[in-house]
Order: sequence, then structure tokens, then C-alpha cells
Amino acid sequence: MTTKNIKKYEEIKLPQAPKEESKFGNAWYMLKKNKAALVGLIIISILLIIAIFGPLIMPYKPNIGELSQSLQKPSITHWFGTDEQGRDILSRIIDGTKISLRVGITAVAIALSIGIVVGSIAGYYGGKVDMLIMRFMDVMLAFPSLLLAIAFMSVLGKGIDNAIIAISIVTIPEYARIVRGSILSIKDSEYVQAARVIGNSDVAIIFKHILPNVISPIIVRATLGVSNAILDTAALGFLGLGVQPPQAEWGSMLGAGRGYFYNAPHIILFPGIAITITVLAFNLFGDGLRDALDPKLHQ
Amino acid sequence: MVKYIIKRLLLLVPVIIGVSMLVFLVMHMFTTDPAATILGQHAKQDQILALREQLGLNKPIYVQYWDFLRGILHGNLGDSLMTKTPVWNEIMARFPATIELALAAIIFASIFGIIMGVISAIKQNSIVDYICMVISLLGVSMPIFWLGLIFILVFAVQLQWFPVSGRIDIGLEPIRITGLYLIDSLATGNMPAFFSALKHLIMPAVALGSASTAIIARMTRSTMLEVVRQDYIRTARAKGLLERPIIFGHALKNALIPIITVIGLQLGTLLGGAVLTETVFSWPGVGKYVVDAILVTDYPVVQGTVMMMAVIFVLVNLLVDIIYAFIDPRIKYS
Repeated sequence: MTTKNIKKYEEIKLPQAPKEESKFGNAWYMLKKNKAALVGLIIISILLIIAIFGPLIMPYKPNIGELSQSLQKPSITHWFGTDEQGRDILSRIIDGTKISLRVGITAVAIALSIGIVVGSIAGYYGGKVDMLIMRFMDVMLAFPSLLLAIAFMSVLGKGIDNAIIAISIVTIPEYARIVRGSILSIKDSEYVQAARVIGNSDVAIIFKHILPNVISPIIVRATLGVSNAILDTAALGFLGLGVQPPQAEWGSMLGAGRGYFYNAPHIILFPGIAITITVLAFNLFGDGLRDALDPKLHQ
Repeated sequence: MVKYIIKRLLLLVPVIIGVSMLVFLVMHMFTTDPAATILGQHAKQDQILALREQLGLNKPIYVQYWDFLRGILHGNLGDSLMTKTPVWNEIMARFPATIELALAAIIFASIFGIIMGVISAIKQNSIVDYICMVISLLGVSMPIFWLGLIFILVFAVQLQWFPVSGRIDIGLEPIRITGLYLIDSLATGNMPAFFSALKHLIMPAVALGSASTAIIARMTRSTMLEVVRQDYIRTARAKGLLERPIIFGHALKNALIPIITVIGLQLGTLLGGAVLTETVFSWPGVGKYVVDAILVTDYPVVQGTVMMMAVIFVLVNLLVDIIYAFIDPRIKYS
């Protein structure tokens, strides 16, 4: 087909995909009306600011402590008290924000990227490719996700990068399934057929025409996925498999504090509250986003 | 129905083979040499080679996998590198503890989750609804291991209502019938053992079930809200039926299908969560066993336990699918 011919086809009024701009504009309007989601968004913004400007607002160096100051209760000098090594807990929590958000967001970004590619291939091409990919995803879904992440950590070794890899791998099937399902629901739509007729490549059809129209459930799942990834990171840290000392991470702070919390409850109190608030914020925002992007709820 | 069950069981075979393949490959491709781990840092090369030969690690990978698969079918998951005891026996000895904990957690979560969800739905937009939903939001946002530590601090250390850890007081273990202490002690009429086991079980079960309670409550609320707007509920009200029979006899009964789906899925998730709860409460189950094994790189234990838990997870999900057919005649299986 020549370029001239393609241009001719494009001039014909072909079925158009729904306009994304108005859809997301409407979603933003709905989101603004949802107070809980706004609270979530505000908390996430504050956490991001803390993560970025942490070193400027930390009252003490997070990894350096004085043994003479160990297990101090919360006071004016140490608002959240000190840990078993005399390190300031507030400074460590501020430092840990960066790690928790980094692991949570990076793990979801990796899983989402791979899930989109794998799910798109399965959904778009169907047949044996679909069967092979989805059976492999079924096998991965046959494991409780935390257990599989632990198994991966046991072979990859401890550390933050391996925690990101383990958490990403175990969540790929969730995204692959959502993407595949969404693609199956619209791959035979008129505007997708039209895109095919005018000579678009498969990659262009998937990424330019299909994915933008099925992105809503994927965004919602990814937002809620960040909260799960943060909880999993904390769990791995608590078990001693995630971030390694002396680096501050909320889960590993709880794990290290286990031996001292009978006499110094503050040592486990504040890292736990930090995890809960962060996860809660992503849950509130994710729930709000789901309500805003679900057309059924607008009616 | 029987045909459906047989079909689903047959479909399980490739999934379980896939699970075994994944576990085997992950463990063999990435772990450090088990022979070197057993012999320690100061082992000589020829000693390591001899042990590799003895453990069958020099065989081609597919032969090793076949040996592993054959072992599973014969109830042989290899021996622990640390204790030299058969992994299968160790898992079987610990499995009842994990099952008892997971069942107690799911029973707690189902009862409180459904009650909270129903109350929220019938009192929609009231202060009670908001309180229930805030509790459930916190439930899904709190790490269960942290909640466990808080429980220990408040209810075991401060108030001393419950023991800090363990499964039963030493010397009170009931005669083993099922391995579930509550059932075994009741069956043998051993009441001191029953109360001791119950006291040990409450805190870990509530901590483990907290997230599930929240998820079940949210699901119950949204499903009930959908159901109470249906025409048949309006008809029941128009006929002059009292609110209680309408809610429990008509609405809840019809809302149960998605709730049971969630409960079933949660039971599987609880098996994974048990890893954390068992570590916090020193609960002698499979979860604690696998964590201890990971920390000392005892790969046959990790491999065997992960494999067993995945199989149980798959079976539980199948069981949930089958239960649908019994409770909802609208679902047709072919």
C-alpha cells in the first residue's frame, strides 16, 4: 500500500477511540470531590517531599548513634526516642521514607512494564502464545505472593535491589492478567480494526490504539499495588531478608526492635505507624481513583 | 458436578508440575552450591566434589528434576542440610499448627468481617458505617507483624491476658489425633489443654486475620448495598416482612456468593501471611520453619515447604470453586 493510498484511507471518517482527555478530566473532577482520595493524595505528596528533602530535615544522622543514648524514650531532643544503638528514630524514619517509596514504586513500575508487554502479547495474539503465557502466569499465581517473594530472596540474596526484583517478579501475573483481559475486550472493536486496515503495525495498534483505552483499571491496580509492595518490602525487611543494616528501612527497624520492645515500646511504635500511614494513603488514593475512573459509578 | 470436579482435578496436574518445575529451577539455578554450604568455608575442593556426587548434584538438571518429582510422589522431599531429618516428616509435624492458625484466623475474619459489613450496609452513611470502614481501611493498611507485636505488648506483657508465644503450655500437649490441639483436646476431654491452646491461639489468629476481616467487611458492605436495592427486597418490604428476616434471610443469603469467593481466596493468602505471624509469635508451624531455613540457606527445606504450600494454595482455590456450585444453583458447570 502506497503512502498516498494510506492518506486517502485516513481522510475517510474512521471509527474513533473515545477521547482520553475528557475522560481523565472528568476523573480528576470526580477525584477532587472525593475527600478521602484527596487526603491520600496529600499524604503521598508530603511523603514524596520528605523522601526528596529528607537529609535537610533530619535532626540527626540516621545511621550514626551513641550507645550511651540507646533506648531513650521520646523527648524534646529525640521526638520519637532512640533505638538500641542510640540512633534517632525520627531521623531513621525520615530516611526510610525514601527506601519504602523507592522500592514500592520501582517494583510496581517494573512489574507493570513487564506485565503490559506480556499481557498485551497474550491478549492480542491469542492462540498458543496466549495459552503458554497464561499457563505460566497461572503457575506463578499458584504461590502465595509473599511466600514466592521470600523464596526468590532466599536464592537472590539479601538487599534492596533483590527485594525490588523479588517483589516485581511475583506481581507480574496480576498486571499481565488485567492487561490481557482488557485487550481481549476491545481488540475486535471497530476502531482497532480500522487502525489495522490503514496499515498500522501490531506494536502501534497495541500501544497507540488499544492500551490508552484500557489504561484505567491498570492505573488503579498499580496505585493499589504500591501499597502492597510497601507492605511486602516491610515484611522482607522484618524477616531480615530485605534492606540490610545499617540502612534505615521501616520493616527492618521493626525486626531489629523486636528484641527490645518490652522495655522500649517506642522502638516499634513509630516505624509501624509510618508503614500504616503510607499504605493507607495509597489505599485511599487508589480507591478514589477507582471510583473516579469507573464509568458505572458516574451514573 | 462430579464430571466438573474430575476435570478440575485433572487440570491441576499441569499446574502442579509447573509449580514443581518453577520451584526446582529457581532453587537450582540461583542458590550457592549446597555441598559448599554443608561443608562450610574451610572445605577442600575434592571434599566438595565428593559431596556433590553423593547428593546427585553432578547429574544433568533434568535427571535431578525427575528425581525431585519422583521424590514428591513418594512423599520424599529430601533431607534438611542442617538437621539431616527428612523434610517431609518435618513439614507433616508442623503442618497442623499452621492449618489450625489459618483456620482460626479465617473463622475470626469471616464472622467479624460479615458482621461489620452488614452493619455498615444497613446503616449506610451513619457514624457506625464510617467507624466500621475506617477500621477496615486500617486493617488492610497495617502490617500484620506489627499488629502482632502491638498485641504482645498490650495483651501479653502489659495486661497479661494471653501468653507471649508458643502453641500450648509445656506438658499439656493433648494426645495426637488430628494434630489440631483444639480438636484433639476436645476429643480426648482434656479441658486444661483446650483452654491453654485457645489462649495461645487467640492473639496470633486475630493478628493474622485482621487484614482478611477488613477485606471481607468491605466486600460484604458493597455486595449488601447492591442486593438491598434489588426488586425482590423491595417486594419483601412491601409484603410487610420485618427488617431482620429481610436482611439475613433474603439479602445476606444472596450476597454470600462473592463473600465466599473472597473468604476462599483469603484462606490461601493466610498461608503466606502465616510466615510472618508464626515468626512474631514463635508459632511452631511451617511458616516459621521456612523462615528459619532461609536464614541458614537450607535449600531442601525451602524447596519442599514452598512446594507444599503452593499445592495447598491451589487445592484451597479449587475447593472454593467447587463450593460455589453447592451454594449457587445459578452457576452451571460443564
